[in-house]
Amino acid sequence: MADKVHITVVVNGVEHHHEVEPRLLLVHYLRETLGLTGTHVGCDTSQCGACTVHLDGQAVKSCTMFAVQADGCSITTIEGLGSPGSLHPVQEGFWEMHGLQCGFCTPGMIMAAVDLLNKNPNPSEAEIRHALEGNYCRCTGYHNIVRAVQYAADKMAGKVAMAADD
Amino acid sequence: MANKLFGKAMKRVEDPRFITGTGHYTDDMTLPGMVEAAMVRSPYAHARIKKIDASKALTHPGVLAVITGQEMKDAGINSIPTGWLHPGIKTPPHYAITFDKARHVGDIVAAVIAENRQIAEDAAQLVEVDYEPLPAVALGSDALKPGAPAVHDDVPDNVCFTWSIGDKAAVDAAFASAHKTVKLTLRNNRLVPNAMEPRASLAQYLKASDEYTLWTTSQNPHIHRLLIAAFIMGIPEHKLRVIAPDVGGGFGSKIYQYPEEIIVLYAAKKLGRPVKWTARRSESFVTDSHGRDHETVAEMAVDQNGKITAVRVDTIANMGAYLTTFAPAVPTYLYGCLLAGTYTTPHIYCHVTAPFTHTTPVDAYRGAGRPEATYLLERLVDVMAHELGMDPVEFRRKNLIPPDAFPYQTPVALQYDSGNYEANLDKALQMVGYQELRRQQAELRKQGRYLGIGVITFIEACGLAPSALVGSLGAQAGQWESALVRVMPTGKVEVFTGTHSHGQGHETAFAQVVADELQIPVEDVVIVHGDTGRMPYGWGSYGSRSAPTGLSAIVLATRKIVDKAKKIAAHLLEASPDDIVHEDGKFMVKGVPDKAKSFFDIALMAHLAHNYPADLEPGLEATHFYDPKNFVFPFGTHIAVVEVDPDTGKVKLLRYLSVDDCGPVINPLIADGQVHGGIAQGLGQALLEEAVYDKEGQILSGNFLEYTLPRADDMVQIEHDHTVTPCPHNPLGIKGIGEAGTIASTAAVANAVMDALRPFGIVHLDMPYTPEKVWRAIHGSKPVAQAAD
Repeated sequence: MADKVHITVVVNGVEHHHEVEPRLLLVHYLRETLGLTGTHVGCDTSQCGACTVHLDGQAVKSCTMFAVQADGCSITTIEGLGSPGSLHPVQEGFWEMHGLQCGFCTPGMIMAAVDLLNKNPNPSEAEIRHALEGNYCRCTGYHNIVRAVQYAADKMAGKVAMAADD
Repeated sequence: MANKLFGKAMKRVEDPRFITGTGHYTDDMTLPGMVEAAMVRSPYAHARIKKIDASKALTHPGVLAVITGQEMKDAGINSIPTGWLHPGIKTPPHYAITFDKARHVGDIVAAVIAENRQIAEDAAQLVEVDYEPLPAVALGSDALKPGAPAVHDDVPDNVCFTWSIGDKAAVDAAFASAHKTVKLTLRNNRLVPNAMEPRASLAQYLKASDEYTLWTTSQNPHIHRLLIAAFIMGIPEHKLRVIAPDVGGGFGSKIYQYPEEIIVLYAAKKLGRPVKWTARRSESFVTDSHGRDHETVAEMAVDQNGKITAVRVDTIANMGAYLTTFAPAVPTYLYGCLLAGTYTTPHIYCHVTAPFTHTTPVDAYRGAGRPEATYLLERLVDVMAHELGMDPVEFRRKNLIPPDAFPYQTPVALQYDSGNYEANLDKALQMVGYQELRRQQAELRKQGRYLGIGVITFIEACGLAPSALVGSLGAQAGQWESALVRVMPTGKVEVFTGTHSHGQGHETAFAQVVADELQIPVEDVVIVHGDTGRMPYGWGSYGSRSAPTGLSAIVLATRKIVDKAKKIAAHLLEASPDDIVHEDGKFMVKGVPDKAKSFFDIALMAHLAHNYPADLEPGLEATHFYDPKNFVFPFGTHIAVVEVDPDTGKVKLLRYLSVDDCGPVINPLIADGQVHGGIAQGLGQALLEEAVYDKEGQILSGNFLEYTLPRADDMVQIEHDHTVTPCPHNPLGIKGIGEAGTIASTAAVANAVMDALRPFGIVHLDMPYTPEKVWRAIHGSKPVAQAAD
């Protein structure tokens, strides 16, 4: 077994220092070392996207990188995105539009959708579908996931509040 | 009643935990002292296990044990039983860890327990298994050939069972005198369910009390407890608690009693430490029970008036290497009995041969038998309509069961409860603009573009199930459902259901109905499920049974609560119970609104019992065990519109429309979500998904790189509506909706693709319609220009 390596990461605004095995995947570091079990593992070939988190502001599949590669980085997981009472608009959209059923793909799907809206605040339906290609959902048929992202885009642009005022 | 919640699109109460990453799935759990397991799995489809040498693994730092099948057998751990038997069925043993032969790729040969998963997986590589590879067989029809390698020594011909239903002589006579017949030879592709949460199990054993707890990814925790206690491990049933916490989808694949659950229970006691196992996705591909896998010859006969006179079906249904919990029911009663579909076909005969093969076991996958039946029937209907030169919709219309024929007795055992098929079809046709679509199709064909329109009508039988009936058909289980409704002193209500929610939103939809029945705020109701330590015995969730069967039990239990509450109110109000009415959330004396007690008043007095009827027990809770009188029969019309690119073979979904009828809808948000997801899964079978085995029984599509699920850009926004035809035999008139989308959409998409390919002279292709398959079919047939003329 290789010697452990020291890493420093900021996760959801909190700085952590750990000695980790070089082969430890980032997703296992988050789930097992830090106990942040909201990030899920749905496959072993980086296809499903259940493990999607933000690394220095970019969506990454946390099963595709080692924890040591995240040394010095800032990570946001689903637990750091928003909480009941102060949900991120994408989280709110998933709730409002029934964008989830079993909930297993949901954290990764939400993190991927936030990344999309950060880059493209007003995506078309086709752009939403294309941006979420890296995330599998087996429950929803994606219908309400698309609506959830559209809701969030509208909300972030102030359109939902305007609609409510009408 | 004021503010009725039945029918309201309430947001789900489950969602806050899932959207904030605070759900509670089995693999999220860590217990003090917990260790982890990795399985040593056979890389061969068929091999004799000559020797297992675990010495290197056992000296690997952090390894605690290597468990073999022989050790578990010697410890008295029995084979895993099957839960459905047919006359003459062969049920060879299925040990959690095999010790004589490996019978499919992924069959467990040994289990390594170590301080953590990484060490266990490293050490699993160090277990030296001396295999003698043997010839294997993967395809059902190959397994039935003389001289095929036997999967089980005591079943030398590989025939697990044969089964038939219907009057063969009458069917043969109808074919002999038919105006026209059509025949299709088709294969229903094998699928891997792929719930997004891989299976996981965590076992704990407490020596002081001799008690086990198993947390596991299950749709039906009581079934596991029963099988483990009564058949497999002999653990006294009251010493085993099975908990299915948040479960990330099931689709059938989490019904069954799996080997890993037995292994972690055994290891937890052996080591005195909690033991967890979580599947890697590539393990899921070879160990989660698969779905479908039929080879079928299907025929239809019509008379001169275009009326279907007979359907004849002969199917080889691949069982895989072992029988899992409900496998024998799927290609038989859930399949052959569905072959009337929505039609008045008077004569139907279905014969099924179910062989063992050296492949992963096959059992129920969303729809379970009904998608297979719908697919072949609706393919036959389209092919026959074309033979007759009729529009496929008009051919269907001519043969639909009329609304005044219900209850309708089919020639294959089922009696449909209610239906109004033509009105449902017409609604769908109107929504989609059918005539305009056909006009567009003709127009586009002139431009060398190939639009395909697939219209199907379907029924399904769900809401499993009347216990005596399924018992007479071979079920080794009852299929009633339980509910316990417990009112607390402050008027808050806990509802314990024997069904299980793994995405279906029971915590919301069931609470809506309970709130209506008790006339209390929905926030005062909590739905509890998934823990044998908390709720009465129940049979879990599958076969779209949770609402029609499970919720019916809940409703009848709440009505017992209301009856008792009326007696308490009558005592407090000094009135006769017959004069008490339950209105606007109050129990009041009829005609005297001032004389009333709130639900809170009643709940409190039921617990204080200070001023209480002498002949009434204190407390306010009720249990109901509901055994349905019949299956329920949802139905609908689904329409797929696709375009095939003849240059690439790519099929593009343009529109998908469904009009479903599941009776009154409790929560349209949830019901429609079930339909959307079901449609995507069925579309996956038609266009993308197939578990492919080579001749040696190696799976060639064993992970997400090789097996394609529908992604967001494979789907479109689904156009969806309902018609409402209540079920006449349950308290709310409700039918199931969990499987309808999958049952219908495979056939609708298949018919659409075949409709698009009709100008090329292509009558039938087997699914999935991959670009390569479609391109080869087009370019192996008539030239494009010629065919389009």
